[in-house]
Amino acid sequence: MGLPNRTKRSRLYDRAAAVLMGVLARLSGLIVIVIAAGLFWKSVPILKNQSLSALLFSSEWYPLRGQFGFLPFIMGSLWVTGTAMILAVPLCLLTAIYLAEYAPRGIREGMRPLIDLLAGIPSVVYGVWGVLVVVPWVKRAAGWFGYSTSGYCVLSAGIVLAVMIFPVIIHMTVEILRAVPQEIREASLSLGATQWQTIKKVVLRKAFGGVLAAIVLGLSRAFGETIAVLMVAGNAVRSPTGFLDAAYPLPALIANNYGEMMSIPLYDSAMMLACLILLGIVLVFNVLAKLVLMRIQKEIQ
Amino acid sequence: MDRRRVEEAVMKGLMKAATLLIVGVLGLIMLTILVRGIRAMSWSMLTQTPKGGFYLGREGGILNAIVGSFYIAGGATGLAFAAAVPVVLYLNVFCRRGSRTAAVIRFLLDVLWGVPSIVFGAFGFLLMLAVGLRASLLGGILTVSLFVLPILCRAMDEVVRMIPTDLLESSYALGATRLQTAVRVVLRQASAGILTAVLIAFGRGVGDAASVLFTAGYSDQIPQSLTRPAATLPLAIFFQLGTPFPQVQDRAYAAALILTVVVLATSLLSRRLGRRLTRHSIS
Repeated sequence: MGLPNRTKRSRLYDRAAAVLMGVLARLSGLIVIVIAAGLFWKSVPILKNQSLSALLFSSEWYPLRGQFGFLPFIMGSLWVTGTAMILAVPLCLLTAIYLAEYAPRGIREGMRPLIDLLAGIPSVVYGVWGVLVVVPWVKRAAGWFGYSTSGYCVLSAGIVLAVMIFPVIIHMTVEILRAVPQEIREASLSLGATQWQTIKKVVLRKAFGGVLAAIVLGLSRAFGETIAVLMVAGNAVRSPTGFLDAAYPLPALIANNYGEMMSIPLYDSAMMLACLILLGIVLVFNVLAKLVLMRIQKEIQ
Repeated sequence: MDRRRVEEAVMKGLMKAATLLIVGVLGLIMLTILVRGIRAMSWSMLTQTPKGGFYLGREGGILNAIVGSFYIAGGATGLAFAAAVPVVLYLNVFCRRGSRTAAVIRFLLDVLWGVPSIVFGAFGFLLMLAVGLRASLLGGILTVSLFVLPILCRAMDEVVRMIPTDLLESSYALGATRLQTAVRVVLRQASAGILTAVLIAFGRGVGDAASVLFTAGYSDQIPQSLTRPAATLPLAIFFQLGTPFPQVQDRAYAAALILTVVVLATSLLSRRLGRRLTRHSIS
């Protein structure tokens, strides 16, 4: 007598759970869309007030007069991120190729926890390191070449960001290189190619899309990084013209101005637009990289 | 020697140099934080809240930030965990293998993972404005829970996905429903990985500054209720480093050491526990 009732009840629970969990799962997927919609909704006042091209391409940043030209901040972000990529990409590719293709097992296995360690350090700690080591070093090094800078500049921020994205790029690139089938390496080696020729002409060509995706993910990580950049970039509202100029990237702008943003008209809307721009760029990068990686995954299977 | 051999040797040299450089940088960061941190460390840093004139270099510690960080990261991880468990079970037990819905949700969670924490901070602030909540412990917990949710979901998902289908099928064959299978078989099997994921999420939550900047506020007191503002370690470091007084800046280094130790200990613990618990599961 008890059994059928119990079965009925468990079936009911099962169906209820399926519905409830399904709703939760879909909601969690929707969060990213809700965030974008919320930021857009809050940016509407400033978008109504000024044209998008004026906002994006004007350098007039006078919030008190209602002028919000984002160009210095966009340029700041591009300079800082670009510098980080110039530094990080060659180093990461060389390291990843070494770890995936040449390094003995012991070194490869030993490097993994170190890379994880690097990935786990909080960004504010990177910022502290930047202030303590990188900034004075850049200042001194610039002095040797006859330039003067406070050290709080594009180059310092680029160095700190480059170190922060090392683990992102290296970890993924190693995985992608290791996923290239061993047979095609052997085919190339048996034709008399050296190991480096094989890597250059066969492995890297095969892994090109994935390596690019890894780099793009690193790029988007660098683009959105806030607190470490805020601490070392110098934060002057002017488009940088060189590596030793101060920069004021978008995330730093947002982080620095939340206090005042309620008291000046349209300021809060401008800040939300800055967030939206940041989110938009990062999303494009992420979606592209993810699509490439998904295709590679399918290919492997 | 033939040219290609020279090229190979040069490239290999460069690769080793790059690897050494990266290891060297890691060592330099650790050394800097350790040396500067220990020099400024004192017992009162860990056991006292800021006293009058603390930000001018007088006595006190950052117990407020340590406790605040644990409250926020702990609360956020707990909250996100409560949401992530059903999501992950749904993706792996209730969705068929190769389900389109599951693929789309996973994709969106991955995209959410890539959203910069400052955007979470701004969005959390927006939400709080909408409901009239001021910068507080609760605001911080809610925002950070959004930030760690994708990390937790995807990390747990990777583990649960590894459970062999046979195991689920044996459970069904014994007459268990999907819910019973999910709770009694899947969760138990994946417990080690789930714990690891929780610790990873906690580590990320505790170390993030940009998401709590607008939402948790800052306070010299240990928060007594959810509606009071709470200090956090990353912001304690940031604000103290921003003052012009060397004694206060020194404390920022000590705080950075504390934060680094907390994060690394979490990561080590997750590794250790993960290994110990996997010994008894079927894989």
